[in-house]
Amino acid sequence: MSYFADVAALARKDLRLELRARDTLPAMMLFVLSTLVVFHFALPTGADEVAAQGLLWVALVFTALLGLARAWAPEREGGALEGLVLAPSDRSAIWLGKTAAVFVFLVLIELVALPAFAVFFSPIQAEGVLGVLLANVGICAVGTLLAAMAAASRTRELILPLLFLPLAIPLVVGGVGASVSTDPGRYLLFLGLYDAVFAILCWASFEYVVSE
Amino acid sequence: MIRARGVEKRYGRRRALRPLDLDVDPGGFLVVTGANGSGKTTLLRLLAGLAAPTGGRLDVDTERGRLGYLGHEPLLYRDLTALENLDLFGRLYRVPERRERIGMLLERYGLWDVRGERLASYSRGMTQRLALCRALLHEPELLVLDEPFTALDVEGAELLDRQLTELAGTSTVVLTTHDPARVEPLASGLLALA
Repeated sequence: MSYFADVAALARKDLRLELRARDTLPAMMLFVLSTLVVFHFALPTGADEVAAQGLLWVALVFTALLGLARAWAPEREGGALEGLVLAPSDRSAIWLGKTAAVFVFLVLIELVALPAFAVFFSPIQAEGVLGVLLANVGICAVGTLLAAMAAASRTRELILPLLFLPLAIPLVVGGVGASVSTDPGRYLLFLGLYDAVFAILCWASFEYVVSE
Repeated sequence: MIRARGVEKRYGRRRALRPLDLDVDPGGFLVVTGANGSGKTTLLRLLAGLAAPTGGRLDVDTERGRLGYLGHEPLLYRDLTALENLDLFGRLYRVPERRERIGMLLERYGLWDVRGERLASYSRGMTQRLALCRALLHEPELLVLDEPFTALDVEGAELLDRQLTELAGTSTVVLTTHDPARVEPLASGLLALA
């Protein structure tokens, strides 16, 4: 149980830091809303729903990227990551705690973004919402690991999108499929499988990301 | 406690630490001196497990959670308060009677009255005091201190002198300094890096 107590303490720390500094959430919120507004005017009147759903996923993935780029900023300042790495707790707990915090940020953003999408375009069905939640898991699991790798680089703003976007393509395919397909179950299963495989891979490999 | 044979560190073609042999017994107090760039910080990072040697063999006979490390950076969160920082690390290090231990350290290092303020508002010396509290929080059996007197005022330096005197002989201490005379009475060994 101490493993999950460590994860909870680390995730709580991230939520507290964000509540205090407000570095990430307001920027993500403004970005996703302004993107949806731009898409609203960019999409021709009468455009089909499939195109609109695709744009929603573009907005969500790039908003997540914005949050991921700042995910490890508190650890970079003051060398706090080394402090965590020296602690006796399992190092994967550092990744899981950060992933949980980023997941909460994304859900908070989507609580505003999805109703906004419904206003600008069309309401999202339950399958679509489930697709978003499942994709969140994959985005956070993979993105948090890649952001930790990129954080060590001077060109982190460039490296993170280069690594993350190709790995996010299956999530976009699954998410759009779950929203517009007549057989959403297939796509939800695909998203669940992606989450399971990549979450395990990221959990197991984080140790090597923070070790020299 | 520490045994190094031909340990060296390179970053690409640049040599950060020349090959060295080293033995430190449990309870030993090693003072490391040397000019800037001689590899003092690199050696301490190797001992702490924050870097891996590129040559030679290094054995440090302690568990990760029994090592206390003070580096050039505080290894703390700037937007957390002193209390929140120590509470987080106290949890991760499974410090028994955490609150009492944190309170005692903050009192001792003169930070109790500012325990609710964010680290970002601290002076360099106060930050160094808090970083010392973090390194000592879990009562480590091996303490690795990289220029611990840096930024400390006279009172802070005297507090650290007393702390080191208490630790000498009970914990193993490896410390780098540009003022070896200050800790010479406690030292069981001196390593001058060239």
